[in-house]
Amino acid sequence: MKQTPRCLLFKTADLVLVGGLLAVAAVLFLVLGRWSAQGRTVEVQVDGKTIATLPLDIDTTYIIDGVDGGHNTLVIADGKATVTEATCPDGVCVRHRAIDRAGQSIICLPNKVVVKVVGEPIVDAEAG
Amino acid sequence: MNVKRKTALYGLMVALAFIFSYVETLILVVGIPGVKLGLANLVVLVTLVLLRPRDALAISVLRILLVGFTFGSPASMLYSLAGGLVSLGVMILCRRTEKFSILGVSIAGGVSHNLAQLAVAAAVLRTPQIVWYLPVLLLSGVLTGALIGVVARLCLPKLKRFAE
Repeated sequence: MKQTPRCLLFKTADLVLVGGLLAVAAVLFLVLGRWSAQGRTVEVQVDGKTIATLPLDIDTTYIIDGVDGGHNTLVIADGKATVTEATCPDGVCVRHRAIDRAGQSIICLPNKVVVKVVGEPIVDAEAG
Repeated sequence: MNVKRKTALYGLMVALAFIFSYVETLILVVGIPGVKLGLANLVVLVTLVLLRPRDALAISVLRILLVGFTFGSPASMLYSLAGGLVSLGVMILCRRTEKFSILGVSIAGGVSHNLAQLAVAAAVLRTPQIVWYLPVLLLSGVLTGALIGVVARLCLPKLKRFAE
């Protein structure tokens, strides 16, 4: 017979183990969250025509030439797309929060610009 | 321990592990595929502490074969075998260091079980997206491992006399 287990419920090594595992899980969660932008793109449309398709996982700045000489500045950073500057009078597109999920869009009516995220959502709730 | 006692104890342990595996399919913990309680591991863990590593190995493999042939498929048996063998190996190592309490051993077993199954799934399905499951399975391994560890800790003093 081996010695009976010690009466301690916890040992120091247990806590280190649990702490380490939880830390790894948290780090992975954050890292994978960034990766989730991979494979998805933003489509830029002006007056109904697609003029550019940009990957979400590469940080970039793109000036969109809208109709009637209007411009919108599209910034892609941290896997999200946002419009930071625009010549349009209302600025709705600038105030719109950053988009990163398939189907989301930012629309500038005066310049007839549509920025929209396309691609398969990476995590499918039904996936086993 | 004489052979008769040992045979009876083996039979009890395998039967218990077998029933636990079945009971586990009836109680859904959360709706996440791949996340399960690991009740059968309770038996393996208790065996590992009361008897020798090779006894735990025998009971674990017997349980997996029985469950696989009764309820499962060759594929599900492969998953179970990967998870069962890797987690038992890790638990044996953790016990050998004598640094962990039974709770730590159980947590290490739960997490390594999940990781091994994920590795098999990644190899079989060939989908990189499956790494998304990693944090989920790490967390669930810690939680279920801790739960099983606490139960084992409570059971062991009462079961000790069976192994004498």
